[in-house]
Amino acid sequence: MKQDQLLISVKDLRTYFFLDEGTVRAVDGVDFNIWYGQTLGVVGESGCGKSVTARSILRIVPRPGRIVSGEITLYRKCDRSPSLRGENPSQQIEEIKLTDLDPTGREMCSIRGTEIALVPQEPMASLSPVHSIGNQIAEVIMLHQRVDKHTARARTIEMLELVGFPKPKERVDSLPHQLSGGLRQRAVIAMALCCHPSLLIADEPTTALDVTTEAQILRLLRNLQSELGMAIMYITHNLGVVAQMCEDVIVMYMGRVVEETSVDALFHSPLHPYTQALLRSIPRLGQKTRERRRLESIRGTVPDPYAIPKGCSFHPRCHQRIRGVCDQQEPPYVEVEPGHKVRCLLYQP
Amino acid sequence: MFAYIVRRVLIMIPTLILISIVSFTALQLPPGDYLTSYAAQLRTMGEQVDEEALNSLRERYGMGQPIYVQYWKWVSGIITRGDWGQSMEWQKPVKELIWERLGLTVALAVFSLLISWGIAIPMGVYSATHQYSIPDYLMSAFSFLGVGVPAFLWALIIMYFAQTKLGINVGGLFSEKYINAPWTWDKFVDMLKHLWIPGLIVAIENTAGELRTTRANLLDELNKPYVELARAKGLSERKLLWKYPVRVAMNPFFSTVGWSLANRISSITLMSIVLSLQTTGPMQLRALMSQDMYLAGSFLLLLSALTVVGTLISDILLAWVDPRIRLEA
Ligand SMILES: Nc1ncnc2c1ncn2[C@@H]1O[C@H](COP(=O)(O)OP(=O)(O)O)[C@@H](O)[C@H]1O
Ligand SMILES: [Mg+2]
Repeated sequence: MKQDQLLISVKDLRTYFFLDEGTVRAVDGVDFNIWYGQTLGVVGESGCGKSVTARSILRIVPRPGRIVSGEITLYRKCDRSPSLRGENPSQQIEEIKLTDLDPTGREMCSIRGTEIALVPQEPMASLSPVHSIGNQIAEVIMLHQRVDKHTARARTIEMLELVGFPKPKERVDSLPHQLSGGLRQRAVIAMALCCHPSLLIADEPTTALDVTTEAQILRLLRNLQSELGMAIMYITHNLGVVAQMCEDVIVMYMGRVVEETSVDALFHSPLHPYTQALLRSIPRLGQKTRERRRLESIRGTVPDPYAIPKGCSFHPRCHQRIRGVCDQQEPPYVEVEPGHKVRCLLYQP
Repeated sequence: MFAYIVRRVLIMIPTLILISIVSFTALQLPPGDYLTSYAAQLRTMGEQVDEEALNSLRERYGMGQPIYVQYWKWVSGIITRGDWGQSMEWQKPVKELIWERLGLTVALAVFSLLISWGIAIPMGVYSATHQYSIPDYLMSAFSFLGVGVPAFLWALIIMYFAQTKLGINVGGLFSEKYINAPWTWDKFVDMLKHLWIPGLIVAIENTAGELRTTRANLLDELNKPYVELARAKGLSERKLLWKYPVRVAMNPFFSTVGWSLANRISSITLMSIVLSLQTTGPMQLRALMSQDMYLAGSFLLLLSALTVVGTLISDILLAWVDPRIRLEA
């Protein structure tokens, strides 16, 4: 799927929350790229800054949060009309610095929903309780495609059909609370896809769902991707889902990317001690309970976000830490093999 | 929706019956009645009391009969003939006295409701979306003043300014020449000119509270995931604000319309006495004091009925803005 055209590049992104109690460095120097058509998994324990990274790309970081430094660039293909897609190999690429745009301005608003779309974590809370799903989907179509109500409604029904919504014609006017969790999530996916975004950010889209529904939604997303060819930034804390969904993955810890690699390498040759610990914490079939419990959790807990440890932020929990080094020096981000980067002092050249 | 309204209307009927019984009984509780106190008054003034006439009046008003008979006569008169009884003090049928005043009271209540919503909602929305800004603090200060200063004091202050600085006569709801004139377009326009000051005064004390409610509710809604998703869809801030969180934050207003109208009617009573407005308030007070029972009873019944109707309006409005209620009903 991966094409050779860069879609998003994030460079040294820092997004902080300025609270009365202190500054939370939710994202603290994050670098990664997303390519057209790529599926990039973003994993890490909860609170490590995955959602804030996603919100930074969309420029919807809530107050008192703010992007304090760094660069997010969108490489937009200029001619995006579907009929011409693919027929014109020399498409113009327009470079847009999202971090320079006014987050409430017209240009940013025209990028949200059309170039970058979001599938949020909780479909119920993310839908307005007093508007029908049809209304909430058609709204996006009318906004970005400048069509009348009638056309928008017809397209809404098409989209619902595309995401496997049963009887879309009859149920387009349903309210969110009349639908099951799985259907709500399908509605939200339809909403995200209705303007054919280049990047779909799925922020733990299945955490609120049961296992069977989760499997259905994952299958749906995979099928939609091969059909529509968009890139997906798939945020999750579940490595099993990463294995199913993604080609490449970044591992985050305390607001930083600690490892970036292909999914194969992640499971076969993880480099960072944190990644290794994450992999060990996946319960496996046939494992003895005692053994499993010992492996289940990573030693210690995530430190207080106001007081990030000196040196490598993972060192208090790390089995392989080097005294006098890991608690003193900032680990550099090194490319150990082509396409496999890690932020750890063990791999310092 | 239609079935829902019909059901709500049916529920109103027993409520209204109960209200009419309670208000009628309450009026009978004080000792004596209008005629005995009237006769006593005449005697002290040394005038002849025509016992014959008194008795025929007693007969006519149904006094001396058991209370349920009196109640039945009154209520059946209202239902079958639209006859609300006779005002003893005014020597006129009650229905000739009350409708215009009731209309003015309701007009004033609705008018002040519109004024205070018109002020409170935009200000509350601004306050919530610009939390901790200077205008937000100013509006908080204003709303504390509005809550803290009693309405009659506002009435006196505004009356003073209107009269001395603006040269507007704020006593009454009409100019002199229209007071007893029949309703014409000119009289209506004249009324609107007088209505805005009392409307504003009644609005002030409620506006403050409503501003706080709007601000607090909206602050709760603004960080909800559905607002974030609306933003992620590319909606402009203004569009998404009014379509989503404001709409949800307004629900409590719609659901308390009836109650806040009733609340305003009691503020208007006080206001009307201070400003001598021809609303229900002053007349009702007098009727209660002189035990003019049919007049007082009719007022009590009608004003309570207004509250019930207000509640119905609330429910219909709420069902209209919140489809969840409509569908479940
Ligand atoms: N609105 C907010 N206000 C204050 N702190 C926040 C806010 N949103 C996120 N944070 C902080 O940012 C950090 C990262 O959060 P988040 O990106 O949501 O984590 P996750 O990886 O679970 O998605 C957390 O420590 C959290 O406390
Ligand atoms: Mg999250």
